Amino acid sequence: MNYRTHTLDNGLKILAQINDHAHTSAFGFFVRAGSRDETSEISGVSHFLEHMVFKGTPNRSAADVNLQLDEMGSHSNARTGEESTIYHASVLPEFQSNVVELLSDIMRPSLRLEDFETEKKVIIEEIMMYADQPPYGGFEKIMDAFFGDHPLGQSVLGTVDSVTGLTPEAMHDYFRTRYSPSNMALAAAGKIDFDALVADTEQRCGHWENFEAAREPTAPKFNSGFQTLHKPNAHQQYILQLSPGASIESADRFAARVAATILGDDAGSRFYWEFLDSGLAESAGVGANEFQGCGSVMAVVCCDPDEAQNNLARIKNVLHKAVEDGVTEKELTMAKKRIASHILLASERTETLMFSVGTQWLNRQEFRTPQEIADVYQNMTLDEVNAALKKYPMQDPMTIVVGPRDDLVPA
Amino acid sequence: MKQQTILTHQFANGLTLIGQPMPWLQSAAFALSVPAGSRYDDKEKIGTANFLCEMVQRGCGDYDSRQFVEALQMLGVDFSSSAGNYHTHFGGALIASELLPALRIAADVLRRPHLPENQLEEGRMVCLQEIAATQDDLPQKAMARMKARFYGDPDGRDSDGTIESIQSITLEDLQTAHQRFYRPDGLIIAVAGQFDFNAVVDEVGKLFDDWQSKPSPEVVQTPPAKGVEHIPFESEQTHIVVGFKGCTYSDENYYLNRCAIGVLSDGFSSRLFTEVREKRGLCYSISASNHSVKYSAGVFCYSGTTAARAQETLDVIVEQLRELSAGVTEAELKRLKIQIRSGLVSQQESCRARANAINSNWFHLGRIRTLDEILDNINSMTVEKVNDYLSQHPPSDFSLVTLGSKSLTLRDVETV
Repeated sequence: MNYRTHTLDNGLKILAQINDHAHTSAFGFFVRAGSRDETSEISGVSHFLEHMVFKGTPNRSAADVNLQLDEMGSHSNARTGEESTIYHASVLPEFQSNVVELLSDIMRPSLRLEDFETEKKVIIEEIMMYADQPPYGGFEKIMDAFFGDHPLGQSVLGTVDSVTGLTPEAMHDYFRTRYSPSNMALAAAGKIDFDALVADTEQRCGHWENFEAAREPTAPKFNSGFQTLHKPNAHQQYILQLSPGASIESADRFAARVAATILGDDAGSRFYWEFLDSGLAESAGVGANEFQGCGSVMAVVCCDPDEAQNNLARIKNVLHKAVEDGVTEKELTMAKKRIASHILLASERTETLMFSVGTQWLNRQEFRTPQEIADVYQNMTLDEVNAALKKYPMQDPMTIVVGPRDDLVPA
Repeated sequence: MKQQTILTHQFANGLTLIGQPMPWLQSAAFALSVPAGSRYDDKEKIGTANFLCEMVQRGCGDYDSRQFVEALQMLGVDFSSSAGNYHTHFGGALIASELLPALRIAADVLRRPHLPENQLEEGRMVCLQEIAATQDDLPQKAMARMKARFYGDPDGRDSDGTIESIQSITLEDLQTAHQRFYRPDGLIIAVAGQFDFNAVVDEVGKLFDDWQSKPSPEVVQTPPAKGVEHIPFESEQTHIVVGFKGCTYSDENYYLNRCAIGVLSDGFSSRLFTEVREKRGLCYSISASNHSVKYSAGVFCYSGTTAARAQETLDVIVEQLRELSAGVTEAELKRLKIQIRSGLVSQQESCRARANAINSNWFHLGRIRTLDEILDNINSMTVEKVNDYLSQHPPSDFSLVTLGSKSLTLRDVETV
């Protein structure tokens, strides 16, 4: 494995984790543009733009983009989050030049009105699809409640109203503030001809005009509290809790992730023994979300509505005990084993490696190999994990309960 | 494509061990299928196999319930288990050096479960929770209903059972099911990744060779209902499942059908994606795929869309299915072939994907189709062959399940 980078004059980064023995190649444009860059008037524009990127350019119709992605046999997709939008494609190495040309081209989309109106319907269907899925808008509601007026509290998809109100002009304006080459990176992994990658990217993207697009992250003021989202025809009750956690910049983010694993992994964790082994819940977990300048920890439990009130108390007790007494050396050892195995398996997938390269650039403009990341976890001490638990104690969370019970009260 | 080697070892008691070495990996995976699926559950007690799958992991061999989970944790394995129609499956992927210890634990699960009475109610709660969770998963609920109607019982059986059936199952039922159905004849153990096959053969021999085979249970298949069903539900979207006859994996026409359905549904330029989503913006999700139980198969198309647009969505889907019988084009088949090749190559990066694939191959075919063989099959497909197949087997005789606020109309089919 060999890591190489190159920066074009306009600031676009090219980053590649090269493995000459790989049989596939993966590429992705990583853009620092997400829902936290939106005002409420244009809520959902980052995600809508992600769809419109596949709708063609001056050189290609929407149908051409789809046809050509399939002609390369690519496995391709895109995703939008709070802080980033990622466009990616995995191909056989023989298609490297073709896929780089196509991905580069669609990064400068036409945003044609007719395509815009058709795709708007698709996005509204996407919003309605999630509205039918557990936890039925509970995730959007808790992000809004926890982050308050801060843009991180806005839905990535936007609302039916905000998406309906979007115009191609507003999207153009947004594009011109975020999609600067210096605010983007092209990440690659697998069998890569790096010199050709640089030459192709220079030819396709070298003329993109650079402009200032740095994000100035504002600090949120976190809220705690208890809210109910009544969903009479749901069969299960969904409990969600958000608390402050480690940020992307925090040195203790690895320790905080290990703590989340020990508390809420899907097997062998404290939540597992409390809720899953006992059959008191159908699913239960704890996960860390890191953002620029702030972070959150989410606890979720999905259970029988009649068990929900007791489970609220159990969540509180489990978390309280972990923070007060700390976790054990044995728990840390088991978490390390799980994480080591997870990192190894992930590192064998070319596409996952590409995501690792791109995401590390998004987060901290750095790169560590899977082995280096594994070493960080293996060297973690119990004191570090317990210190992270004390620092991010989850004792005064924002809680949202969703489901048929509307009479639940805070534990 | 890398050279593929498939190794097999047949034990006298009926257990088959299959291995695919992938020495370029540092990981290994196992997929173990014991012929104790829900099709053998008593009709009044459907869900027994699933309940048993939960209970065999609550203490086995020298491990109590907690020690069992901790032992798996110490190996770093993400252990998975599920009860399917023919088999109950156990599997996991892990660092290569831990493969044999993981197989030793799996042998305890299969052969020496404690089935502790004091954990019966916890196990039952887990099964009841799974049923409730599925009730909230509307696409899955509609699909499960389609399979039940399309295949009949037990081929289309939902392994979860019902609240009533789970509540009626006793510890004795579970003990009896374990004694009858957990057996070595028909047991498939597949391993893929980095390993020494001789060492795996030796270990599996030590673990399972003295396990006595047992008679296979008889199963009576009832005819399918098919037709049309609407499940009234106040949801945001109407969830639509259309079904028609597919090809089993062992069918000589399997790859012809694979190509036809691929043109319909694989990729961004596929017909359903283009006509339903891209041109008309009717939905976000649209898909069709061939699903095979051992002797029967269906193609199931799914889409979810808001009620006002649901009838148009169904009409366009059916129109596309009917148009498929007019044939595919050279360009469509060419695109599909490269997509399939690309998918096969990337499978070589995952020992878990290969362990599951060779396990399933053995069950359906009694042998392994190597990636090269699949590729040869796909490459031998021509527009003439696919279109000849489609003219003789046009998608027709559609079944429909809808879930939502309003029922839909499917022409030419009687509503029940």
